[in-house]
Amino acid sequence: MEFIKAGININFIGRRNIAFTLSVMVILATIFLLIWRGGPNFGVDFSGGVLIQVKLDENRTPSEIRSALTPVQLEDSIIQEFGGEGQHEYLIRVRRTDIELGGLSDKVRHALISEFGQNVEMRRVEMVGPKVGADLRQKALFAIFYAILFIAIYISGRFEQRWLMSIVMALSLAFVVYVFSSFGMPVTWLIVIALIVTLGLCWFLKLKYALGAIIALIHDVTITIGAFALTEREISLAIIAAFLTIVGYSLNDTIIVFDRIRENLRRFRRQSFEEIMNKSINETLSRTVLTSTTTLIVVLALFILGGGVIHDFAFAMLIGVIVGTYSSIFVASPIILVWEERFAKMGRSKALPGAAR
Amino acid sequence: MLKNLGWRAAIVAFVVLMSFIYLMPSFTSEVPGWWSNILPRDKIHLGLDLQGGMHLVLEVGSVKAVESHLERVVEEIKRDLRKSKIRYVELKRLGNDRITLTLMGPEDKDVFKKMVEADYPDFEAASVPGEGDRPSFELTLLPKAKTHIMKMAVDQALETIRNRIDQFGVSEPDIRPQQDNRILIQLPGIKDAKRAVDLIGKTALLEFKLVDEEHSVEEALKGNIPPGNEILYEVNIDPKTGRETKIPFLLKRRTLITGEYITDARVQFDNQYNEPHVSLSFDARGARLFEQITGQNIKKRLAIVLDNNVYSAPVIQDKISGGRAQITGRFTTDEARDLAIVLRAGALPAPVKIIEERTVGPSLGKDSIEKGFKSMIIGGLLVVIFMAVYYSLSGVIADLALILNILIIMAGLAFFGATLTLPGIAGIILTIGMSVDANVLIFERVREEMRLGKTPRASIEGGYGKALVTILDAQITTLIAALVLFQFGTGPVRGFAVTVSIGIIASLFTAIFGTRIIFDYLYVQRRMKRLSI
Repeated sequence: MEFIKAGININFIGRRNIAFTLSVMVILATIFLLIWRGGPNFGVDFSGGVLIQVKLDENRTPSEIRSALTPVQLEDSIIQEFGGEGQHEYLIRVRRTDIELGGLSDKVRHALISEFGQNVEMRRVEMVGPKVGADLRQKALFAIFYAILFIAIYISGRFEQRWLMSIVMALSLAFVVYVFSSFGMPVTWLIVIALIVTLGLCWFLKLKYALGAIIALIHDVTITIGAFALTEREISLAIIAAFLTIVGYSLNDTIIVFDRIRENLRRFRRQSFEEIMNKSINETLSRTVLTSTTTLIVVLALFILGGGVIHDFAFAMLIGVIVGTYSSIFVASPIILVWEERFAKMGRSKALPGAAR
Repeated sequence: MLKNLGWRAAIVAFVVLMSFIYLMPSFTSEVPGWWSNILPRDKIHLGLDLQGGMHLVLEVGSVKAVESHLERVVEEIKRDLRKSKIRYVELKRLGNDRITLTLMGPEDKDVFKKMVEADYPDFEAASVPGEGDRPSFELTLLPKAKTHIMKMAVDQALETIRNRIDQFGVSEPDIRPQQDNRILIQLPGIKDAKRAVDLIGKTALLEFKLVDEEHSVEEALKGNIPPGNEILYEVNIDPKTGRETKIPFLLKRRTLITGEYITDARVQFDNQYNEPHVSLSFDARGARLFEQITGQNIKKRLAIVLDNNVYSAPVIQDKISGGRAQITGRFTTDEARDLAIVLRAGALPAPVKIIEERTVGPSLGKDSIEKGFKSMIIGGLLVVIFMAVYYSLSGVIADLALILNILIIMAGLAFFGATLTLPGIAGIILTIGMSVDANVLIFERVREEMRLGKTPRASIEGGYGKALVTILDAQITTLIAALVLFQFGTGPVRGFAVTVSIGIIASLFTAIFGTRIIFDYLYVQRRMKRLSI
């Protein structure tokens, strides 16, 4: 059986401008959406606050639950139905961080029992103080940053045999982050600066494969964040795990294409870079489609059957797998081409470094 | 070649056997006795999100610990000054790192300075301008000593909490210090979250204070509290209506004796009403002190105060010797039992504050396991069928590798003593989808080789050879992401990183090494002509 016939030759690279336009538009939409919403919608893990999953005896409206919570001064909580029909499960979210956490869940339970009777089951309680929330936020951002940094080092080392350069990049990046953090820069901006510096270093140190891969990663994670903002889902600790998995998965795809490009560059020395790139993407297309299919099958199973707690995680993976597959074809490789063209224009006389091949 | 093949098959067989051995305890509820003597007997640990339980992070109020240390030093200095017959005007704690002191006359200045140098090496004494010719000093606690006190407070709190939890009876609790004076506590399978929090979070500072019966409480409540006195309350909650009643007491601020002399505390029931109370035993020194106190204050009321709540204030009928006392109050049996535990385990050196609490009820955990495994089986089956349809016999071989892969992940969890969490199950599911990737890469290469007209044997060799580097590159980057995740993650997220990491390594083994054996057997040894791929 074959989905993709052998010898297929779709001109992906030639349509790169359409793809770039599409990607830029989606990313801009994400940024606007985030600005409009006032930043990503962080869950209690990161913003601090309280999340209670409760099972009641029968269906209640959010306003009924809110009024039941009035005696404990939690009437401003966000109430949301959770899980399937007929489960009578609700999520109670308290966004305030100035409340005393000790004994709170018991107070809520008593308030609900006195209103709805004994059949109240507290299924899950998550209370995170503001300090812990800030700590977790910082840790998560650093995790994403380190993942991208290590991957940049690995790709530069493996694909361009320039371990020294990639270590230079890592050191200068560490220096930049150190300098800015000593000025007391908030972590979010620190990461943004670090990413920009990483991209800049990749560009000027001529680490083009790393450049393509990292732009593809940022592209994938940004769009997934956008999908979360659009569907009003919360970003929790588990979602950060999903983001990092998307990073790994998207890279997996990208590297397989890069590997083929590297191999074909050696085999077909006469052809243009663009032709080789297109050939490589087409040759790996069958594998790309197949692996995405099997991964999508399991992620869909998780999305549909996995239950409420894991639902958002599966959603992130779903978006990530689709966007990651797209980006390894339409974003990662064409970026290398853009870099090559720019560099060729900027200094053909300076001669392209042979070490790259 | 044949011999080589045999060896490789033996390695895979060995891995399968070991996997089954490590998984055995998780599948059967009871392993036979001879088994547990020589072979692994640990089940796969389930995370709190799967088995239910409680995750707590406490912050120890270390500043408070430093303050009470300073208070104690103030008392010590007072005693020393009295002993050396030095008279002072004022002596008190200032903030959380200083003590100020004004002496009566200038003649004692040098004596005092020598005393500080000799007996209080943790402090630095500096003269400050005082009133007239009365010498004033400021003793500053050295930063090193301060850090030490704060660290000791966390260590002591940790030890005390561990004692309390051990006596409460939780199986496999996990209690460990974290940075910034925090303590992480994990209590799997705990049912009554409130009771656990009460037990752990209570400072349990027990104090005996005299009730001031010369002044009226009513007057004090209006704001005229006599100097050296304080108002504390006895709080009662009616178990039926939940209504709270507060009875005020006017107490002398000075603590006569604290709970530090307690050697034992037990729940006992009185003969008349069968109501529980807690009986205390003091050590020899405590017993002497208690005898002295009760002897001097016959017919007065002695209040028993725990964490600034009055429990009872009985009238002292007679001198009490023998070092025994009772705390009565309107307890339930559980409350009395928990009170006895905290009194036995001792007071926390400083109050603790809950800064993170996560509780998962056992029913939700069970649901999560069921749903997680259901999606794993259905997703896995779909992938298995898909591979078999798409690649025929080769697909079936890849499926075998996939099943072996899942087996190895599970056994790996048991082997490393890692914890399976809900995201961890998601990680296994994801691995199912992604681990066939290695075989897909190989098979696509094999197909390419066959299109060039090579024999099955040559195609297989070429396919495996060319795909190997690509597979390694692709999987190592995913492994990097997983390892970073492991490093930063807590609880559930870490469980995800673990299953994904084991899954990647296992899939390299099964997809590259494992499947090759079958292909070599079929096409090299049996010389099958048609490659079913």
